Amino acid sequence: MQVLFDFLIGPFFQIFEAPIFFVEVVIGGMAAGIMYALVAIGFAVIFKASGIVNFAQGAMVLFAGLTLVGFLQMGAPLWLALIATVVVMVALAYAVERVVLGPLVNQPLIVLFMATIGLSFVIEGFGELAWGSDVHRLDVGLPRGSFFVGDIMIDRFHLVAAGSAGALVVAIVLFMQYTKFGRALRAVADDHQAALSVGIPLRMIWVITWSIAGVIALVAGVMWGTQAGIQFSLVLIAFKALPVLILGGFNSITGAIVAGLIIGVGETVFEVYWGQMMGGATENWFAYVVAMIFLFFRPQGLFGERIIERV
Amino acid sequence: MTLSFSFGLGRLALAAAGAVAIVVTGVVPQKAAAEEDAIFLPLTVYRTGAYAPNGIPFANGSRDFLQMLMARDGGINGVPLEFPECETRYDTAMGVECYERYKDGGAKGAAVFAPLSTGITYAIMELAPDDGIPIHSMGYGRAAASYGKVFDWTFTFPTTYWAQATAFIRYIAQEEGGKEALEGKKIGLIYHNSAYGREPIPTLERLSEDLGFEFVSYAVDHPGQEQSATWLSIRRDRPDWLMMWGWGVMNQVAISEAARTGFPMDRFLGVWWSGSEPDVRPAGPDAAGYKAGNFHSIGTEFGVLQDILEYVYDGDEDAARENNWGEVLYNRGLVNYIYLTEAIRTAMEEYGNVTLGGEEMRWGMENLNITAERIAEIGAEGLFEPIQITCEDHEGRGPVIIQQWDGENWERMTDWIDPMHDVVWPMYEESALAYAEEHGLEVRDCD
Repeated sequence: MQVLFDFLIGPFFQIFEAPIFFVEVVIGGMAAGIMYALVAIGFAVIFKASGIVNFAQGAMVLFAGLTLVGFLQMGAPLWLALIATVVVMVALAYAVERVVLGPLVNQPLIVLFMATIGLSFVIEGFGELAWGSDVHRLDVGLPRGSFFVGDIMIDRFHLVAAGSAGALVVAIVLFMQYTKFGRALRAVADDHQAALSVGIPLRMIWVITWSIAGVIALVAGVMWGTQAGIQFSLVLIAFKALPVLILGGFNSITGAIVAGLIIGVGETVFEVYWGQMMGGATENWFAYVVAMIFLFFRPQGLFGERIIERV
Repeated sequence: MTLSFSFGLGRLALAAAGAVAIVVTGVVPQKAAAEEDAIFLPLTVYRTGAYAPNGIPFANGSRDFLQMLMARDGGINGVPLEFPECETRYDTAMGVECYERYKDGGAKGAAVFAPLSTGITYAIMELAPDDGIPIHSMGYGRAAASYGKVFDWTFTFPTTYWAQATAFIRYIAQEEGGKEALEGKKIGLIYHNSAYGREPIPTLERLSEDLGFEFVSYAVDHPGQEQSATWLSIRRDRPDWLMMWGWGVMNQVAISEAARTGFPMDRFLGVWWSGSEPDVRPAGPDAAGYKAGNFHSIGTEFGVLQDILEYVYDGDEDAARENNWGEVLYNRGLVNYIYLTEAIRTAMEEYGNVTLGGEEMRWGMENLNITAERIAEIGAEGLFEPIQITCEDHEGRGPVIIQQWDGENWERMTDWIDPMHDVVWPMYEESALAYAEEHGLEVRDCD
């Protein structure tokens, strides 16, 4: 009986007794969720344009971060290092289209998915060969430290992360709505065959899509790298983005942000108030549990397009 | 502004050329043919993957020391050494594969296997007695394997996680003004949620009962990149001291989070696998004050490191430093193979200057006695403390030090601290005897 009370009632007493701390937990969860969303947006952009779940997005985050740090360590100023990294990511997108995606046009999507798994290892290995395996400190001048609003601790870095994610979403939406390439990309996303029939170059669109995903990877790499350095475990953050995508919908950029916040807040609140009762370290599996519960009710995710197959 | 593109872009080009060469030829370079009379010492390493930043310095230290012995002395007492590397990526399955691949290598099989992972140690320590290969888990693995009456093929010297946990409590007690002052204090442990991370928990729970402090623990799942919930819990609980049993990115994130949330760094103590340069570099100056345990000293002033500089790097200090010369984990890899080569010398006193296999090596390890005089002869005075292994004691009851990050370098800050052997040895015995009963093992008579 006591166990049931501790599990079902106790945490709510704790929240009631220390509401300020609960607010901090929610804010911390939102900050974590924004970080997941930054990675998930890269997945969503590629899925939206091509239907491919890009398993290599985590490796692209790592590669973008490593490349940026590499240029900075060579003595390049930040603006030049950022531009050079974007150029490298565009070149990577071109190479991926030429070497991996192009030859697999018209193959089933599962084949393309498997190809991105292989691509992930190739990018990771190439990054290691090119830039070494060290942990690199990344300091691009983002603010550190915290300040207090009343008794609530706010982290300056998390504010920047939230701002970056917001700016990224706005930039992507503007690009999609108001540029020729953006409209072409949406057309490809709606119907490959129809887009081809009106002369939209599919392969060019793929290069642009993967380039955008590369730039998103760079933003995510800067944010995650500022927290704990640029290092090879960045590849694994793809696994933190997956439940976000499942929940938000694989083809929704807005969904990635909203789902990131839900997952971040959910797993943080659960870990802080219920985690100790279950041995701790609940974040990893709890995120997937939340995503799976949503799957029962909305298989396409919160903002995903409804899957209709005509037979 | 000067841009030094030559180095990075050169590596980029080399990487591209290497990738093309591998694709075109389908081969990678093979290791040189084995020497027939060499003592076979396979090195398990992890130079790739998420844990490579920690694995590379350790591997370089081990390799450089053995290369120095070959270059300076031609091996040990005229017998050459062969030390191929096997990549594990710190993955237990790959580690077991390395063990299976190399156990029969060389003329007489592997003389000893140092798994360099608690997970791999747990996986192979039941195989090793049948294969006749001693296991050396230096400062990791199953702490109870120190009890040699049960674990006759596994060695933990110079110390274990359990012993270190007691040394930490002894240190905290010193800082607080005595053991009595621990009463009512709150001491936390943030740990990697794995066999390795959970190792010190029974010891800390026991000490909590004995000394009256409150023990709280915080698990972090692999790899540990996102710890905001954990640190919110720590902020809520406000432990007086916090220990960490972490590895890889978990360390870097935890140290950064501690700095971010304002946890007092000089009350944050990491295990010896949470106290190397890669762990603190991302946080840099923000990590100043953070402390970690160690069972050897740090720095390059030791004769053995100078010999490596001379014989392996031809005096080129820049090249040596590029290979982590003198870093915390480099010195640890080196110390690991000082212990093992001294065990080879001990075995040679019994069996002669011949190629040794696992059985002979086990004897050498069980009769190892590295005195202060011998440490001075090796050129390692101050690098580590004398140690003696016996049939019953496979740990050697080694002491630990506390080191502190000053924002740029690790600095040793304490003298050698003795763990509470009176606490841990009964625990080793109890755990080992339970293991023996569970597995139907005979308990050796060491008298």
